[in-house]
Amino acid sequence: MKSSTQYNQNALESKNSYILIIGAKSDIAKAVARKYAEEGFNLYLAARNASALDEFASDIKIRLGCKVACLELDILDYTSHQIFYDNLKEKPLGVISAVGYLGDQEKAENDFAETSKQIATNFTGIVSFFNIIAADFEERKSGFICGISSVAGDRGRKSNFIYGAAKAALSTYLSGLRNRLYESGVHVITVKPGFVATKMTEGLDLPKKLTGTPQQVANDIYKAQKNKKNVVYTIWIWRWIMLAIRYIPEWQFKKMSI
Amino acid sequence: MSNTKSWGNYPKVAASRVTISETERLKALLNEVDDVISYGNGRSYGDSALNDNVVCIKPKNYFLNFDEEKGLLHIQAGALLSDILEFSVPRGWFLKVSPGTKLITVGGAIASDIHGKNHHVEGCFSESVAMLSLLLPSGEIVSCSNTENVDLFRATCGGMGLTGVIVDAKIYLKKIRSRYIDQKTIKTKNLKETFEAFEKYKDQPYSVAWIDCLAKKGRMGRSLLMVGDFSDDGQLDFVPKKKLNIPFYFPSFVLNTLSVKLFNAFYYGKVKAGVSEQRVDFDTFFYPLDSINNWNRIYGKNGFTQYQFILPKKNSFEGLEEILKTIANSGKGSFLSVLKLYGKENENYLSFPIEGYSLALDFKIEKGLFPLLDQLDEIVINKGGRIYLAKDARVSKATFEKGYPRIEVFRKLRRKYNMHEKFNSIQSKRLGI
Ligand SMILES: Cc1cc2nc3c(=O)[nH]c(=O)nc-3n(C[C@H](O)[C@H](O)[C@H](O)COP(=O)(O)OP(=O)(O)OC[C@H]3O[C@@H](n4cnc5c(N)ncnc54)[C@H](O)[C@@H]3O)c2cc1C
Ligand SMILES: NC(=O)c1ccc[n+]([C@@H]2O[C@H](COP(=O)([O-])OP(=O)(O)OC[C@H]3O[C@@H](n4cnc5c(N)ncnc54)[C@H](OP(=O)(O)O)[C@@H]3O)[C@@H](O)[C@H]2O)c1
Repeated sequence: MKSSTQYNQNALESKNSYILIIGAKSDIAKAVARKYAEEGFNLYLAARNASALDEFASDIKIRLGCKVACLELDILDYTSHQIFYDNLKEKPLGVISAVGYLGDQEKAENDFAETSKQIATNFTGIVSFFNIIAADFEERKSGFICGISSVAGDRGRKSNFIYGAAKAALSTYLSGLRNRLYESGVHVITVKPGFVATKMTEGLDLPKKLTGTPQQVANDIYKAQKNKKNVVYTIWIWRWIMLAIRYIPEWQFKKMSI
Repeated sequence: MSNTKSWGNYPKVAASRVTISETERLKALLNEVDDVISYGNGRSYGDSALNDNVVCIKPKNYFLNFDEEKGLLHIQAGALLSDILEFSVPRGWFLKVSPGTKLITVGGAIASDIHGKNHHVEGCFSESVAMLSLLLPSGEIVSCSNTENVDLFRATCGGMGLTGVIVDAKIYLKKIRSRYIDQKTIKTKNLKETFEAFEKYKDQPYSVAWIDCLAKKGRMGRSLLMVGDFSDDGQLDFVPKKKLNIPFYFPSFVLNTLSVKLFNAFYYGKVKAGVSEQRVDFDTFFYPLDSINNWNRIYGKNGFTQYQFILPKKNSFEGLEEILKTIANSGKGSFLSVLKLYGKENENYLSFPIEGYSLALDFKIEKGLFPLLDQLDEIVINKGGRIYLAKDARVSKATFEKGYPRIEVFRKLRRKYNMHEKFNSIQSKRLGI
């Protein structure tokens, strides 16, 4: 049975609690982890081959003096999710997912295994995981859930619409989840990055003015969570870019290459 | 390809640059490219970190362990000294050896075996290194120290990145009880007084002099000698300060002789005669230039070089007189000139310090500069001195070899491990290292 002290209403304010970050090897996730550690939280860092995070974890522990545990998690291994969560001794205050897979659009068009991997990594796996979190947070009536989606989900473009469709599905899921958990006081944040300079985009020729750093994204996420924002574009200019893009009529959009 | 520069903005090199944080990727990269050099934070002045291929180690900057009992920090080589201080000063620890900027990497500190204002007490940076991990051309990572793989340790400390990539290191910190320094400034009227002051204040752990290189005749060698030690007041908390920025390259005429003269007169004139006392923050004492971002831009787009040499103590006075005379007569201004008395030489093959006086002068790159420096080289070599590779972009092979008699041992070791086929800089090629 869950004790009421463990699930204290004020828990969100109380630092020293754990934040669970999944997909923790991503550059964005690492920046988010550092930000929360700087703010005084402890961390669960979950990823595939989590031992690769050991050096990062010791850095955070030594410099910021918080507790960090690295945990093994494969988002495609659905059956492991409940066990993973049950094994957490102290449940987290909030969960942030940076899991994602950009993949190869052309390959996905000709190879259903690739399509399926993009959909499962960006959508199905995260849904499986968040369902479990949502059930627990709903019961304890506190906590936050943050999903990193993408502006690619705002409109389908020929260059990456399988990835984009999976991200669109994730955004829709998060919107519904927010609606469901509102009454329980559990907050849900949808993060839509534009371009971010990370391993995922290394080698791509991104426009400097439109490209954020993982640190900027992390600061935006932290601020959005603290201020209970629902949907956050990062960096901020992408809100306006996507507004413009969504307004282009479909008959015109279909002829464009952007 | 991107334009890659060091602090002097001279030379500029179109290099293919790879930024690395993971050791496995670093190994893979070394398999693919020949002829590569490590790049830390580009605070060396010359061409020691430049080549067609450079590998940037800066993102490899994690703290791996801190033993609070021993003050022993295990840290990756891309971490900046400023990262260390931000962490260590509030806990009451400081670097045993620190250069005049904290914006260098641990790898760069080891590769240049840098020294600080306390060389006469603590020696070079390597003396605080308990061990380092070195990635060899074979892909193997070996740990080196004063007792393990000693030849690799002696070659790597001061080895200018030419033995492999330093991946991480364990360094000893020293205990401090304050972030403030009790400083004394001694204003001297000429070179003789300056030397006497250095001797008189030898017991002070930190000492360095700003010397007016344009003063002539009876005033030649007039200086401000600054000495000091950490205070004892228990104040360790950080107080953030505003930074200035030089937003663009100054046109190169800004820095003419007159403006340098004015600058030197201003600094010198500001200080009271004789001995005065101040209490300053460690940043002000150790890193006065770090408070101005991009200060190197005042030298204009063509860049500048720093000429730093050291002379054995017995020849220092004569040698410096001759050199100061030559510079004053040339009318070429040096904005910042730093004079220091060093302690004993260590056993590393290419470390710069020997017991004696060293002078460091900044010159903007312009016509007539290199012939002047060649002239200075000759004086330095005749007096048994040497040039600091971390600052150099132009010295000749012959001058270099005369200054560093252990170069053959270093070359032999490079061949033994095939380092000469993998790790090279523009500097090492110029000097046949
Ligand atoms: C304002 C200022 C003040 C200074 N004061 C002093 C001083 O007081 N005393 C002093 O000794 N020096 C001083 N220096 C020089 C500076 O400390 C050295 O040049 C130092 O090596 C720069 O380190 P970096 O990390 O910027 O390395 P870089 O300049 O990028 O590289 C310097 C050398 O280190 C090698 N290197 C860098 N990282 C690695 C690695 N991981 N593995 C192997 N090799 C590597 C490079 O190949 C190159 O040969 C000063 C420089 C400035 C700009
Ligand atoms: N970079 C951008 O421009 C950009 C733009 C918009 C949105 N985003 C989104 O931001 C998030 C972070 O991206 P990033 O740029 O930092 O790229 P990234 O490094 O590729 O991050 C994706 C992370 O997802 C993890 N992952 C993939 N499959 C997994 C699985 N089966 N199980 C567990 N983890 C898995 C990856 O782990 P491994 O390291 O083990 O592969 C990786 O750490 C992603 O959701 C991405 O879609 C990024």
